[in-house]
Amino acid sequence: MSDVLAATSTSAEAWGLVPAVLVVITAGLVLALVVAAVDSAVVTGRGLGTAAEPLRSGSRLLLEERRTTLAPDRLLWRVGGGVVPVAALLSLAVVPFGGRTLWSTSADLVWFNAMEALLWAAVWIVGWGPNSLHSLVGGYRFLAQGLAYELPLMFSLIGVGVAAGSLRTTDIVVAQSDLWFVVTMPVGFVVFVTSAAAFAFWGPFAAPAGGDIAGGVTSELSGPDRLLLQLGRAVFLGAAAAMAVALFLGGDSGPWLPGFAWYVLKTAAVIVALISWGRRLPVLRPDRTVEVAWIVLVPVTLLQTLIVAVLAVTGFYG
Amino acid sequence: MSGELVLQIVLTVAAGLVGVGLYGALSQQSIVMIMMGLELALNGVLLAGGAAWFFLGPELPDAQMLVVVTLVVMAVEMAMGFAVTIAIYRARQVDMVDMATELKG
Amino acid sequence: MVDVSTWSLVVVAVLGVLAVALGVAVFVVDSMARATFALLGSFLAVAGILLVFDLVYLAVVTALMMTIEMAVMAVFMIMFMMNPAGLMPMSMVHNQRGSAGVGVVTFVVLVIGIWTVDWPPRTGALPEDSTRQLGEAIMGSHMLVMLVIGIALFGTILAGTVLATARGRYDRFGPDLSAARPSDPVEGGMGR
Repeated sequence: MSDVLAATSTSAEAWGLVPAVLVVITAGLVLALVVAAVDSAVVTGRGLGTAAEPLRSGSRLLLEERRTTLAPDRLLWRVGGGVVPVAALLSLAVVPFGGRTLWSTSADLVWFNAMEALLWAAVWIVGWGPNSLHSLVGGYRFLAQGLAYELPLMFSLIGVGVAAGSLRTTDIVVAQSDLWFVVTMPVGFVVFVTSAAAFAFWGPFAAPAGGDIAGGVTSELSGPDRLLLQLGRAVFLGAAAAMAVALFLGGDSGPWLPGFAWYVLKTAAVIVALISWGRRLPVLRPDRTVEVAWIVLVPVTLLQTLIVAVLAVTGFYG
Repeated sequence: MSGELVLQIVLTVAAGLVGVGLYGALSQQSIVMIMMGLELALNGVLLAGGAAWFFLGPELPDAQMLVVVTLVVMAVEMAMGFAVTIAIYRARQVDMVDMATELKG
Repeated sequence: MVDVSTWSLVVVAVLGVLAVALGVAVFVVDSMARATFALLGSFLAVAGILLVFDLVYLAVVTALMMTIEMAVMAVFMIMFMMNPAGLMPMSMVHNQRGSAGVGVVTFVVLVIGIWTVDWPPRTGALPEDSTRQLGEAIMGSHMLVMLVIGIALFGTILAGTVLATARGRYDRFGPDLSAARPSDPVEGGMGR
């Protein structure tokens, strides 16, 4: 089955490299804007009236003068701050918009995961760079959190790969034409979205940037640097929502409407659900979230993978 | 350009990585830095394995398996290295190989 | 023998130089954080070369594993090395001349071998999907390798935990293991 599908061209081949890259960047920025707008609407509780607020604060950050600290590791600091949004955008390269990914590899799922890993190394660097206590504490918190949520995330991705018999996202979408994967792997879906929140240190996982350590990794960031980090987090949350749609919610399949519209609708629904749920929870202490990941999520996702593997062997997924 | 020449260039790069890694592993005093040197040398092995697969025998998975085994060796080396560093530091407050002389006669 | 396009040759050359340069930087820079991430840069450059060689899975897995390893490595570098930020230059080396000699001799021997050996031509063609080739080898013809790797990794997990942890069950549950709740320095999230 997958041999036939492998022939579908990537968006880079179909539209040319530069337009395809531009489309992905635009998609990333739009996703980030949607995430930020929904977030601002949910947090303030004033509905969509505040949706333009992220644009305003973003452009203000763009003009803001850069603060600096005593003896910062400027090179690493800038590199880390730049890698966060770049890795988030690169993770979008394997998300199938309109049935095409920017570039199609035989290991798309691993690519997505690798970009997340890059993201968390970059966030630690952002914490290390300014030579400041609170920001370094935030960096260490994030490292512990990233390490803990890496394995559950991997296992939920492995379940998807086993069921589809392929690591290629376009194949995975096609494999769900009969039944969305969320039906047989609800745990995988929840863990995937939860881990995405943990990697974006957002919502209940925001301890690395928590108020108790004066903003943690973000504490010494100002101006464009802060904008880049916030942008990277938002792009990544949006990319994870779009990826969750492709992996668990059948991608662009759906009746009546064209496929692309379904994809957009589903992604928006995941973003709204994620944010309105996540914002209802308090910021949790990192030792709590980390222990939950290690002793609850890892076994549960392993069990989920076992069930999926048994179903796959019995030919349930076709 | 002919493949043989490219293979030789890539293998030279890999040899460079092995050489630099070996120098680091032998010259550094700190256990953690020694591990960095070993990792760099293994990085060269990764590259050589990948090049061997592409230029010599892509129809066989053997060179790919070599790369996988190298990755596992790196992971094991790191995990055991960190564990030993912690254990020896906890017991003796030692983090440099020159001071870890228990096995000396 | 295969022909390689100029475009991929340029990419390989640039990434190769970058990999070696960053590898040298690991032992030159003063800052331990910079050394760690220079090594990560070297790994990522090699991963990029593997990507050119159509080994997508191995390239991406290298990037993934090494990023995680180096992020953990950074913690250890800063924990165990003096002067982690490199604000005061220092040197922690021994037998530098001998080590450099060994490194150079190894390199020269390898290079002589590389440029004098008569390399055989490529046998067979590139597979349709290198990831599938690897997966089928792991689960088929080369399963023994995977079994050994699995056991080795499992042994590593156990041995690493035993070596690294200082607290056993007696520390947690008391000398007669009678405590209802363990006394842990960090509480954790499960309310145990």
